[in-house]
Amino acid sequence: MSENDKDRPAQGGGKKKAPARPYDGPRRTARRKKLSRKQQARRQFLLSVLAGAGLLGFSLTGYYPIATYARAENRLRPPGAIDEHEFLAACIKCGQCVQVCPVEAIILADFPDGFGNGTPHIVAREQACDFSCDAVQCVLACPTGALSHHIDKKEQVRMGLAVLKRPELCLARKGLGFKGLARGEDFSGLHRYIEVDRWRPIRVADHPYDLEICDLCVRECPIKGAIRLEPLGDDPNDKRKTPVVTDKCVGCGMCEMICPTEPPAIVVVPRLKYGETTS
Amino acid sequence: MNLFVEGLRQMLGAEPRRPAKEDYTEEAKKLHAFKKTPEQRERRRRMIEEELAHKKESFAWRKWRWPTIIVINLLFVISYHFDVQLVEGALTASRVLGFHFADLNSALQVTLAFKEVLINLLIGVTTVAILWWLVGGRSFCAWTCPYHLVSEWVEILHLKLVERGWAMDIPLDRRLRSILYVAFAVLTFASGYMVYEWISPTGILSRAIIYGTWISTSFVGVLLLIELFFVRRMWCRYMCPIGLTYSFIGATSPTVVHYDLEKCLHEGECRKVCLVPHVLDVTIKGRATRPHIDIGADCTRCAMCIEACPTGALSFRVKGLDKLL
Repeated sequence: MSENDKDRPAQGGGKKKAPARPYDGPRRTARRKKLSRKQQARRQFLLSVLAGAGLLGFSLTGYYPIATYARAENRLRPPGAIDEHEFLAACIKCGQCVQVCPVEAIILADFPDGFGNGTPHIVAREQACDFSCDAVQCVLACPTGALSHHIDKKEQVRMGLAVLKRPELCLARKGLGFKGLARGEDFSGLHRYIEVDRWRPIRVADHPYDLEICDLCVRECPIKGAIRLEPLGDDPNDKRKTPVVTDKCVGCGMCEMICPTEPPAIVVVPRLKYGETTS
Repeated sequence: MNLFVEGLRQMLGAEPRRPAKEDYTEEAKKLHAFKKTPEQRERRRRMIEEELAHKKESFAWRKWRWPTIIVINLLFVISYHFDVQLVEGALTASRVLGFHFADLNSALQVTLAFKEVLINLLIGVTTVAILWWLVGGRSFCAWTCPYHLVSEWVEILHLKLVERGWAMDIPLDRRLRSILYVAFAVLTFASGYMVYEWISPTGILSRAIIYGTWISTSFVGVLLLIELFFVRRMWCRYMCPIGLTYSFIGATSPTVVHYDLEKCLHEGECRKVCLVPHVLDVTIKGRATRPHIDIGADCTRCAMCIEACPTGALSFRVKGLDKLL
């Protein structure tokens, strides 16, 4: 074995090196010896089984995200989304709903969402759905009815429910007003202010407020009667008020986006229905 | 041996069969006998020698095909970002000038998972099926699929690495694709989730360039690495269910690659470049049962064989068009 030359005890003087072996092409180890046809076919078959099983096994891991961090109550689906399990089945992952949204509220999930990869959802704090399209364009765009075509008015939508999650932060509950930009000047979110421009949403950062008592969640809510401020106490001199969400709430997330506290006092809980409580 | 049935068998993963004696037409027999004469052998030997000495890679079709893939995929991007509304959506489903289009495989998955036939999808699928049937079925792969394009580029690199001994080319069993096809369909139906779509490199790449969902492309990267170092064109050859769906459409398509036995030198340059070389088994010496044969269902109409063929024995043909004109 010429490969073991250097391991062989040196003959005739310790310092003498073994003669260099002339290069005669890539060396083959015993394992790499030509396999017989039968062996080759067997190997090919086994590798194919391995590759197929590996791919199928990996594809099934897509269930983990939708059972944990990407489950129904963690993903605010666009208006009209049918029941989550059916939504994931019916959505063809084309993003046509994304393309028609005038405030670009809808974003597509990426690889970490597993079976939810490519499905649309809304991150309300960044950009809520404010219905500035007037006619639920995303529903009309959906080719499969994953966003139910039975919906043609914003009032019929039920994406989730607004919940006063951190009442201790709420400015109205402290009896405080609000002056300035709701989300600071770097905030890129859009909102259609009917009194500013009926047809074009503008940046929230371009619309300063000066309010005696903070009622941003009520003021900017696109659904009439979905949320109102009620006095906290019976004393007429007590300025403190609390937002109350009604059964008209569609869960669009506008209140969560506009809430000036950090983190927001009010949030939208996806898929929650009126009368249910969050776990 | 029925060539159509043989094409379907090969498409599903069967090895090409040797035709029986009675399968040959008189004309084919005559041609094969003529090709066996010493003068003809000598002539072919000289021609092949000449060909190999002056081998030059042709891009006659790729110079059209590659831009076609890029332009189609860019149309989606431009439509969205510049709001021109030519092709809205992604490769899985879209509206082309307002008309519903749906990818056959995506629509099939939705139907299996959702267990309801959706009218819009039916319209979209019918339109798309007719369009791809007209132009060849798996021509979707070679002329539209973005993964096919990157995989093709990786293949060029892969072949160079193999030449230097830095990469292996392990063939897999072609029946794998059919088995995966059924497995994905069953899993989708049973679970109600689109089990395949989330790892579909076609959907992933299409959405990534349109919507910027780039994390998904890490999976595509892994596939490409495997193809680069271990298995040549693994995904398109042995795995992709989309390819199989479209080859069903392509089985009866009028647009085909046409083989002319008389011109063929049988030196096998076409099979070396082909993504699905089993469809070109008729070009092996003595295999063609007729002097003119249309290549089988699994063919992607990528035209690499046409580019590789030095004698013009392979060419595009639209069945019925010659009669029409």
